[in-house]
Amino acid sequence: MPLIKPRLAGTASAPLQPLIRQAEDIILGKQHAIREAIACLLARGHLLIEDLPGVGKTTLAQLLARLFGLQFQRVQFTSDLLPADIIGATIYDRDTGGFHFHPGPVFAQLVLADEVNRATPKTQSALLEAMEERQVTVEGETRALPEPFFVVATQNPGSQIGTFPLPESQLDRFLMRIQLGYPDRAAEHELLRGVDRRELLQKLRPAMDHETLLDLQRQAAGVHVADAVVEYVQALMEYTRSSEHFHTGLSPRAGLALLRAARAWALLEGRDAVLPEDVQAVFVSVACHRLHAEGGVPGQHEPRLARLVLDNVPVP
Amino acid sequence: MSTGPIRQLLPHRVLFALMLSLAAVTLPHALHLPPWLTAILVVTAAWRYLAGSRGWRLPNRWLLLFLTLLGAAGVVLHHGTFIGRDAGVAMLCLMLGLKLLEMRTRRDTVVVIYLGYFLVVTQFLYSQNLLMAGWLLLTVWALTALLITVNRSTTPTGWFPHAGQAAALMTQALPLMLVLFVLFPRIPGPLWGMPEDEARGVTGLSDSMTMGNISELSQSDAVAFRVEFASEPPPPAQRYWRGPVLRQYDGRTWRQGEPDHTAPPSAERLGGDMDYSITLEPHNRTWIFALDLPVQISIPVSVNTGYALERSNAVRERIRYNVRSVLDYRLEPELGDRDPAIYLQVPEGSHPRTRALISGWQSEAADQDALITRALAHFREQPFEYTLRPPLLRGDTVDEFLFESRRGFCEHFAGSFAVMMRLAGIPARVVTGYQGGEINPVGDYMIVRQSDAHAWVELWREGNGWQRVDPTAWVSPERIDLGLGSAVPARDNPPTLSRRTPSLSRTLALQWDALNAYWDRWVLAYGPGMQQQLMERLGLGDWRRMITVLALLMLLTLGALALIILRRRPQRPEDPVQRAWIRFCRRMAAIGLPRRPEEGPRDYARRLIRERPDLAADVEALSRLYLHLRYSGRGSPNQVRALAAHVARFRPGRKAAGQASPET
Repeated sequence: MPLIKPRLAGTASAPLQPLIRQAEDIILGKQHAIREAIACLLARGHLLIEDLPGVGKTTLAQLLARLFGLQFQRVQFTSDLLPADIIGATIYDRDTGGFHFHPGPVFAQLVLADEVNRATPKTQSALLEAMEERQVTVEGETRALPEPFFVVATQNPGSQIGTFPLPESQLDRFLMRIQLGYPDRAAEHELLRGVDRRELLQKLRPAMDHETLLDLQRQAAGVHVADAVVEYVQALMEYTRSSEHFHTGLSPRAGLALLRAARAWALLEGRDAVLPEDVQAVFVSVACHRLHAEGGVPGQHEPRLARLVLDNVPVP
Repeated sequence: MSTGPIRQLLPHRVLFALMLSLAAVTLPHALHLPPWLTAILVVTAAWRYLAGSRGWRLPNRWLLLFLTLLGAAGVVLHHGTFIGRDAGVAMLCLMLGLKLLEMRTRRDTVVVIYLGYFLVVTQFLYSQNLLMAGWLLLTVWALTALLITVNRSTTPTGWFPHAGQAAALMTQALPLMLVLFVLFPRIPGPLWGMPEDEARGVTGLSDSMTMGNISELSQSDAVAFRVEFASEPPPPAQRYWRGPVLRQYDGRTWRQGEPDHTAPPSAERLGGDMDYSITLEPHNRTWIFALDLPVQISIPVSVNTGYALERSNAVRERIRYNVRSVLDYRLEPELGDRDPAIYLQVPEGSHPRTRALISGWQSEAADQDALITRALAHFREQPFEYTLRPPLLRGDTVDEFLFESRRGFCEHFAGSFAVMMRLAGIPARVVTGYQGGEINPVGDYMIVRQSDAHAWVELWREGNGWQRVDPTAWVSPERIDLGLGSAVPARDNPPTLSRRTPSLSRTLALQWDALNAYWDRWVLAYGPGMQQQLMERLGLGDWRRMITVLALLMLLTLGALALIILRRRPQRPEDPVQRAWIRFCRRMAAIGLPRRPEEGPRDYARRLIRERPDLAADVEALSRLYLHLRYSGRGSPNQVRALAAHVARFRPGRKAAGQASPET
């Protein structure tokens, strides 16, 4: 089948292709989710993975850290976790006789916040603030977080006892929310037969250095967005605002996020201009957690409805 | 289906305003709805309101179905049918009540509001008066404001949001309303022509007279007709409005008698011309009332033997006509070949005491004139009383009245006087109609009410023809000069408006009547006849022509609107790249591969190549160029031209050579 490779393809994404292939070897049957996660990283956004335990949320986060050679920290969120446990604290050092700041796990390039909805809102907001500002302020002193800085938070579907679901305004801090879902039959067969994934991860060698990643992030931000694409995004947003399916439509910030993600996706596809298809590819993950369906349990119908939006808005 | 507590669809205030508006719409209907249905409406509205404000549960689908069937059965049992005005409106009200119980989404609310509008329309099947029209206008305003509120996604503030916008919308609808009012074809007679509905609640003179039936009518303040005089109205003593003339007498009841098919009686004009127009309220009979004695009239009528005017069909809607009457006339001076016997007929053996009285007088009196004067003097000399509440007469009514009770209303005096005259050998008949009328200073017209209903006597005199004699005037001159309210004792409790004592409520009532008269004249009187006149004046008399013109007008209006809309959104995009692409898509659609609206251009190209590998080269080149030009922001004019040229020479065949088309 002849594939269309628009001439706009540059060489920028060349280092990405083997990386994607390696990732797909480890997490089987989840090509789209992997690509979305990488696009999220390229777009300098943060990622929320919402799914049942055991479908590979943590593996995906570790995999990203490995592949991009990022310094990895994992924080298991519990109800007694305190903000200082994440950000760090100033501790008295008897030897030097002074106070020293001991940075918390947030001072890493890739932070995995496992089961973020188990912690209290106060702790959650400490992390979310750090995500937004890319810096933390402890006792009046502002400390920048490392670059690149990427948070992957995982969350079990909200209807569990003893959790604090992220408020709607906080969900907005995540560029994308993806779901992994069960692997299909063939992929699962291979998974069960094959080698332990953790061992594979250990063997994995970084495919990229920080400089390349930062460069790719800069390039992603520079991908061209034509007026036609902006019009399409606007049409999508207008539809969510006027549709009776949604309680609230997409905000302008959501529109910006959508374009940011679409740029990264286009780069991943090897293009330096966004096509409507790129917007469509990331739309569900970007828009879903920012929409509230009219009636029903929150989070239940949104993915289906987001696809409905795509089906109903003509590409200009 | 959710049966649980409903999510708050509308803010409390809007819900409350909706319930209030619907109550206002159904309130006038409550007058004729079965009481149990009104109760259902109250209960369902309360239920829905509490569901909205307190989170009560709404009934589930099966309960609703059950309630619907039960209610429909109730309506059928109550009215005996589904069809007809009353049963139809009852069903509509029932549906509104039940729809409230399944009002869960915005769409349901909109349906409820539409039902409200429909109920507003049905109200006009019952009443078209000014007060009701004003009330319904208010409810339409409220409903429109609610419709806007419900359709807005923003949370409304205040009790009555968007009222101003609703008013603006209604003002904008005004020209259309006027056009429809003038041009929409009028149908003669009530639209809802169910026989059971027609005669209901209409008062008026009947075709016969027994002692007691006019005094019953006189209890009503209702307007019989209104009169506008071209000049000074006649004095009260001349205000005799002629109605049915009764000549057949069976000893108790006066009737018209069989019509004889002779030429109408001759009338000689002696002077005192009077021009005026009458707006007659529907009375469900064929009578057309006019001042004694009409000589010209603007509508087709027939004149019967008694010189009463009749229309061919009953007066079921308000009509207006112009009349010329002469106050001084000579009616039928020669009876010709008409048999005078019927005017002398009194059943054998009836009224023995009256016969004896008349025989006594006959021996005393010199001639018939003296006898008439004697009889009238009898009414004045004996203690006769004019009253609205005459005692019930059971035996020989005339004898009982003349010799025992002596208390009666106009029909007692007219009836017994006519009997006396007949027994004395003078041809006599009873004329019923109205006597009097009150000038409304506000609109400068005369109101004649049902309470002005009257009966008098006409005597035929050789050479002078039929002459009016009103025995009531001899008993109670006030009745003629001042009207009913002044003539009967206050304990009779005459209708309020017939008392001519000035008071604030009376003044207000007169002003209100004047307003109603304008409304009747300028709005309601515009019936089929007036429409026909107007259309003829506009050259649209023929209804086919009218429909053609209407259709043309509609076409022109819609066409103009369409042009405006199309101009605002040009179909051809300005961008040459997009134009070429749309052309390409059209070519592909022509061979059965249209682009789905939501499909991106690259996905579309991929699909095309998958389905038609034979076109791959062209499609790939075209789509690549298009994607580059449209999305990369780096296109050159040369590339644009190349794209347009490529599309222009691209002619895909319907089927690839040697390959079945993919969709079969």
